[in-house]
Amino acid sequence: MSFEMKQLGDVTVIDVEGQLIVGNRQELKQRVLAELDAGRRKFLIDFSSTGYIDSSGLGVLVSLSKKIRELGGELRLANLNEDLRTLFELTKLDTLFHIAGHRDEALASF
Amino acid sequence: MQLDYLLELPNDLKAIERSVDYLVDRAREAGFEDDRLRLNFRVGLTEALANAMLYGNCHDPRKRVRIEASLSRDELAVQVTDEGCGFNPASILDPTLPANRQLPCGRGLFLIRNLMDRVEFNERGNSIRMVLLRQPAVPGERASGP
Repeated sequence: MSFEMKQLGDVTVIDVEGQLIVGNRQELKQRVLAELDAGRRKFLIDFSSTGYIDSSGLGVLVSLSKKIRELGGELRLANLNEDLRTLFELTKLDTLFHIAGHRDEALASF
Repeated sequence: MQLDYLLELPNDLKAIERSVDYLVDRAREAGFEDDRLRLNFRVGLTEALANAMLYGNCHDPRKRVRIEASLSRDELAVQVTDEGCGFNPASILDPTLPANRQLPCGRGLFLIRNLMDRVEFNERGNSIRMVLLRQPAVPGERASGP
């Protein structure tokens, strides 16, 4: 599992490969916080290569969303598979996040 | 037909994935639906094991987590027991209430309760028993095997 981060214009795009779970959630958090410190404010997390997010992973997304909003930024999520969408819907986190079907749709929404 | 499995795990988060994969494979061989194994069972067991290691055993590497699983014609039952002093499951807030939705924690047990067909705790609160029926439960009907 790993995170790949790149800039598309003024948007920081993060690809989550494998899983976002208790064992790696802090790495994602630290990397996004470092980008915030560097002045970045637009973030897109792309889950097209993500098999599973556990409750700790959901929790870190909630924390990051809050932090980004506090600093006047925006967070988009994209490419959740059917199982991941079910987890967001069950926990009602689909009401908290801007979730796009595809990366292009998410990029266009900033 | 009943197949029983007993696994003892070190209190190490890295041990979770392999043990979950092992039991998912055994249930798949027994003909359980892949969709329910991939989402319901995998998430339920993974969350229970993480809770046992992080909160029950308080990250203590000297402690262990025990998994007892049984596969029958109608259901897959799994019990996860840690060496902690237990907790009161009723004390966990509903993470879907608007007031709690922005909290970073508290979703693990909620997911277990919503994805498994039956969930019970022992009196001490250090052992959770979860059941996944082979056929999804239909409200008002008794689930039955094929």
